[in-house]
Amino acid sequence: MVRLNVFLLIAAVVCGLGVVTSQHKARKLFQALEVEQERARQLEVEFGQLQLELSTWGTAPRIEKIAREKLKMRTPETEKVTTLTPAGGLPR
Amino acid sequence: MMRFKGKVAHKFAESPLLQLSLPPWRSRLMALMILGSFAVLIGRAFYLQILNNDFLQEKGESRYRRDIEISASRGRIADRHGDVLAISTPMKSIWAIPPATTLTSEQSKQLAALLETDPKQLSRKLDTEKTFVFLRRQIPPPVAEQVAALKLPGIGQNKEYRRFYPTGEMTAHMVGFTGVDDKGLEGVELAFHGQLLGEPGSRSVIKDRRGQIVEDVGSIKPPQDGKDIRLALDSKIQYLAYSQLKQAIADNNAKAGGVVVLDVRTGEILALANWPTYNPNNRENLSGSQLRNRAVTDTFEPGSTLKPFTIALGLENGKVRSDTIINCAPGRLTIGNATISDAHPHGALSVAEVIQKSSNVGAAKIAAMLPYQKMWEMFDDVGFGQLPRLGFPGEVSGRLRPWKNWRPIEQATMAYGHGISVSLIQLARAYSVFARDGDLVPLSLTRADSSLPHGASVFSPKTAREVRAMLEMAVLPGGTAPKAQIPGYRVAGKTGTAHKLAGGRYANKYVSSFVGFAPASDPRLIVAVMIDEPSAGKHYGGDVAAPVFASVMGSSLRTLGIAPDAPLVVAQSPKTPTSKARL
Repeated sequence: MVRLNVFLLIAAVVCGLGVVTSQHKARKLFQALEVEQERARQLEVEFGQLQLELSTWGTAPRIEKIAREKLKMRTPETEKVTTLTPAGGLPR
Repeated sequence: MMRFKGKVAHKFAESPLLQLSLPPWRSRLMALMILGSFAVLIGRAFYLQILNNDFLQEKGESRYRRDIEISASRGRIADRHGDVLAISTPMKSIWAIPPATTLTSEQSKQLAALLETDPKQLSRKLDTEKTFVFLRRQIPPPVAEQVAALKLPGIGQNKEYRRFYPTGEMTAHMVGFTGVDDKGLEGVELAFHGQLLGEPGSRSVIKDRRGQIVEDVGSIKPPQDGKDIRLALDSKIQYLAYSQLKQAIADNNAKAGGVVVLDVRTGEILALANWPTYNPNNRENLSGSQLRNRAVTDTFEPGSTLKPFTIALGLENGKVRSDTIINCAPGRLTIGNATISDAHPHGALSVAEVIQKSSNVGAAKIAAMLPYQKMWEMFDDVGFGQLPRLGFPGEVSGRLRPWKNWRPIEQATMAYGHGISVSLIQLARAYSVFARDGDLVPLSLTRADSSLPHGASVFSPKTAREVRAMLEMAVLPGGTAPKAQIPGYRVAGKTGTAHKLAGGRYANKYVSSFVGFAPASDPRLIVAVMIDEPSAGKHYGGDVAAPVFASVMGSSLRTLGIAPDAPLVVAQSPKTPTSKARL
């Protein structure tokens, strides 16, 4: 009877420790997940901000200004435009 | 109470003194009472734990459980190529609980510097009876972190979203804007508010002493981000339209104006520009006139741009042919006690020449051959007097009076676009009956996917083709708008120069307009231009609006890579120098 009781006591203690360990591990993993999720959100926000920046840099007035002033580009004169017709006919 | 029983012999252990004689019911009563109170306790416990356990559970949970709201962001608005026109990004707002805020002068100076306000103004804000004030809304997150680092008592922060419009004033009327609480107030932001709006989610978590989330409890409701809207707008064409309009307004010293570009095949609105405009990113000192999306919410008497419709109806009903001769001499026509006159008197003109030379008398004479009802029905069919149903806030139907009340003079003036009012977008759309084979295309604000819409047929394809040929003549030398020519392309279109009504009378103020399409051999784009009150000497649609049309149309065709359909001839008219053409 005593032996059984001791055995059961040890079993209970082992199980108890097991529960504590696994709970601890679970929380560790959960926190890691939390951190990654937060990072994902941050990246999402950054993506939005970069998109905003991209479209701010890429506005048509800015492109035209750079094309004209910096790169000295201009619209070709009409007489210098040649229209080619592809062998398969006009696209669209 | 105690009595001795003297007669009984007793042992040592049983002292008669200790012999108490109690009535048995007393102990039983006590036992019962104690049992009873146990029963009450058990009952109460049962009630609290099992039957009505919500209250305690809630109290218990509130010690460790937190409900967190997961915010959802508002959808993006992009043009047809995916370039972002409106986007939300998280910002912080700083608030204070004034009774709990006690700042040293050093602290309030620091705070004011971070919030970019005056320390005096800050202390005025804090010196109030209110228990909550926003100190500053929508500041960038890094600044908010610095504020948090000051660890000031009674001052906290909230996360909120701010909307940015990278294209600014260029697309202001089309895209619109939202208020500080992310509610759409104008334009597409309002029209598509329901779709753009996200739905915040929530989750319940257990937090530890340090405020870190330890565990999820209960179910998580994921946030629903707002849907992205892909407009039909082409931001390059929009830029061309906007910059040309702006230039024309400045050149002609005009009050206002608008340009609409439509895709003939799909009915998509490729560009919609208005002047005056505003910067949606900085909306201080806005006036109503800047905010108005004129192309949709304002109507005007279109003038001669309506003549092709009258003539098309004449052709359709077999009343005239394109070579029928109409006598327009001497340039005046009296109906009742009113007189219609031409800007330049003409003699006998063919129907095609009536369009080419834009003769009011000719148009009125052709209209006189048509019944009122037929004419009203035609105007109604091309969408005048009807809401365009784009979903835009404040869109108007214009004015088309019921035909039963028409008088002959009204029919005559309506033939050349007076006594009827339309919005620019209605006018542009109506021209799709000529650009297509007689059917009216339904408009679309958003990018249409593959399927080509087909609208209700108004004119037969034959009539549409005949009118198209006449409209092409109007642009050639001898017509009213040689300035609308585009080298390399065949263009068709019509000018309009309408007197403005001021106080019930026609004043010497004008609305100049031009509506046209190209390439005439297979129309792809419709461009409608309206310039309100040009006052730099010129006021004819052919001088004021046609050049805008030509540069917007020319560069749009080039942008879209549409093949030229005209043999290259050196332009007959002094063409605008190429340096003026855009992109």
